[in-house]
Amino acid sequence: MGRPKMLKTFKIGGAHPEENKFSQHSTIEEIAAPDTVFVMMNQNLGAPSVPVVAKGDKVKIGQLIAKGEAFISAAVHSPVSGTVEKVDFWTDTTGYRKPVIVINKEGEEWAEGIDTSDALIKEIKASKDEIIEIIKNSGIVGLGGATFPTHVKLAIPQDKTAEYLIINAVECEPYLTSDHRLMLEKGEEIMVGVQILMKALNVSQAIIGIENNKEDAIQHLDEIAKKYSGITVQGLKVKYPQGAEKQLIEALTKRRVPSGKLPIEVGCVVQNVGTAYAIYEAVQKNKPLIERVVTVTGKKVSKPSNFRVRIGTPVSMLIEKAGGLPEGSGKIINGGPMMGKAIINIDVPVTKGTSGIVVFDEKESKRNVVANCIRCARCTMVCPMGLQPFLLAAGMEFDNFEVVEKNNVMDCIECGTCHYTCPSNRPLLDMLRLGKSKIGEIIRSRKN
Amino acid sequence: MSTIFLAVVVLASVGLVFAIIIYGVDLKFQVIEDPRIDQVAELLPGANCGGCGYAGCRNFAEAIVKAGNMDNLFCPVGGNAIVKGISEILGVEATERAPQVAVIRCNGSFANAPSKIKYDGVSRCSFANTLSSGETGCPNGCLGLGDCVESCQFDAMYMDKTTGLPIVIEDNCTSCGACVKACPRKIIELRNKGPKGKRIFVSCVNTEKGAIAKKNCAVACIGCGKCVKVCPHDSITMLNNLAYIDFNKCKLCRKCVSECPTSAILEINFPLRKTAEANSENTNSVN
Repeated sequence: MGRPKMLKTFKIGGAHPEENKFSQHSTIEEIAAPDTVFVMMNQNLGAPSVPVVAKGDKVKIGQLIAKGEAFISAAVHSPVSGTVEKVDFWTDTTGYRKPVIVINKEGEEWAEGIDTSDALIKEIKASKDEIIEIIKNSGIVGLGGATFPTHVKLAIPQDKTAEYLIINAVECEPYLTSDHRLMLEKGEEIMVGVQILMKALNVSQAIIGIENNKEDAIQHLDEIAKKYSGITVQGLKVKYPQGAEKQLIEALTKRRVPSGKLPIEVGCVVQNVGTAYAIYEAVQKNKPLIERVVTVTGKKVSKPSNFRVRIGTPVSMLIEKAGGLPEGSGKIINGGPMMGKAIINIDVPVTKGTSGIVVFDEKESKRNVVANCIRCARCTMVCPMGLQPFLLAAGMEFDNFEVVEKNNVMDCIECGTCHYTCPSNRPLLDMLRLGKSKIGEIIRSRKN
Repeated sequence: MSTIFLAVVVLASVGLVFAIIIYGVDLKFQVIEDPRIDQVAELLPGANCGGCGYAGCRNFAEAIVKAGNMDNLFCPVGGNAIVKGISEILGVEATERAPQVAVIRCNGSFANAPSKIKYDGVSRCSFANTLSSGETGCPNGCLGLGDCVESCQFDAMYMDKTTGLPIVIEDNCTSCGACVKACPRKIIELRNKGPKGKRIFVSCVNTEKGAIAKKNCAVACIGCGKCVKVCPHDSITMLNNLAYIDFNKCKLCRKCVSECPTSAILEINFPLRKTAEANSENTNSVN
């Protein structure tokens, strides 16, 4: 008995960077809310949220402070109880100033109707439509890092039907362990969350994909999954970028999402495992998304940890709790080392998309010297989308947008595997990102 | 002998037949082009820079002949002289424009806006702009990676290594506007050259509140509004904490330059002021 030992993976490309999962044995530690939180209004993909509170307003934990008015937009709730100090602008991770709500903490008072106990509630009372409504009102977004509003993803077009719910527990980014710890510590809750999602999507099968470097999590969830019908746990070979939606679908179902299409085209909906937990809390406990698990790690960090933090906590506080900023730190990355971006200063707050904070020392953070392309085609071999990064990068370098567009730059998932593999250290990802923004602009202008 | 004769006759007759066909085709499918297009194209500089809004000089010539008038059509590279020549060919009235020059509206040099972080990615402003606010922290300021210099076809720009800012070589600048389009932060503006090249402009595009802007850059426009008050010609407007001088209204009196508390307003090609500098020079010489 037991699960089949066969490990699945996707076919095209991929690489296996050094894992460096230093924090995988540190249990999730709760961090008390700081005295002042900075809740950014651009926490989700799509349109920014619109504040509904003003300076001087009293708010409770979990109270709605900003609503998502546009189609792709999400609500934001207060992570602390206290007084709104101001609705202003604050530097986000990119250094640009974005709208923010600053709240001073006073006490620890929860908004009415939120169940703060630890008790597990298995029975799902809400109906399909109610579930999606609750998810929308709770401001839940994809917690893997992309922060796409979940309720939009769950609203399936009339002419399509979902067949599989795929739970992304791959965590293929090196260093990060927040999903791993969550699976070990909140396995039951995640399963209920998956059941809720299955009900919302009206599907009978759910597959949880976990990479094989988290064997304890595979075993643990497999054990629990036996109690629930329709949920299977599938081990996956360790290969980056398996956590990318299209790659994961291919690995688990052998279906390939066509270029420029969404996963629903092949009957799949992918949700992150952290999102499943957040959905459990929202639907069963009426608790909106006000906190998340963040991994704080790095080779020199004295105490690599996983923290449960309130949204809006400054990053500096997390680094302090993890043993302080090591001497000779060069870069701090928001997200994983492959796809994350360096942050401008450590006073920026945690947002819904902050899956990890990785501290690099001076030497690690420096780019290697760029040499000429030697036409080895390694970038082409590792590209999980089957693109030719060297060609696209050269096209961008000489502003040959036609070639770049024809060679499907818009399919690029910005995983950075090409950049990571290049023996000449060419800035392929930079050029591809530039290409995506430029070609996107051209395509949009053509439509108008 | 007769074989050679036959060959000559056959070849000649084949040639004649094809010649007649080609002549017929030419008559039938002849493209009648206005000869003035060639004349106009001849006059144009032939730089194909796109400054007029068309892909190349010939496209512009076609457009101008087709339009039959010269409203809104202007070759900034050729300037008034060439445009006048074209107007003579077409027999219409020429639009005259004051000669313009590209102006860098940012003075965030290494000294004025010290770097807080280090960027070591691709040397492209258009990319760095999407990634972060840049090394100085100013979200509107010059990134110093030289997209504008790259775009200039007339060797009219270079990066000053000591300040990290681009410099426009006035004599080479044709005001084609390529750099204006290349700059992702909309720092570069085409402004009237002014009499003897004299001009005054606000060398800042930062729209943040004064205190925040000042934190990142010593010479930022803080939106205090002093220049607006002091200007006798109503040429300065204040929008989003940023002053803008309308070059059509500005009479170059330089009152705003001395009033600006952060020296964000620059004067170009003016003779040195007699006041402070001259006095100090005098005292120096006495000593």
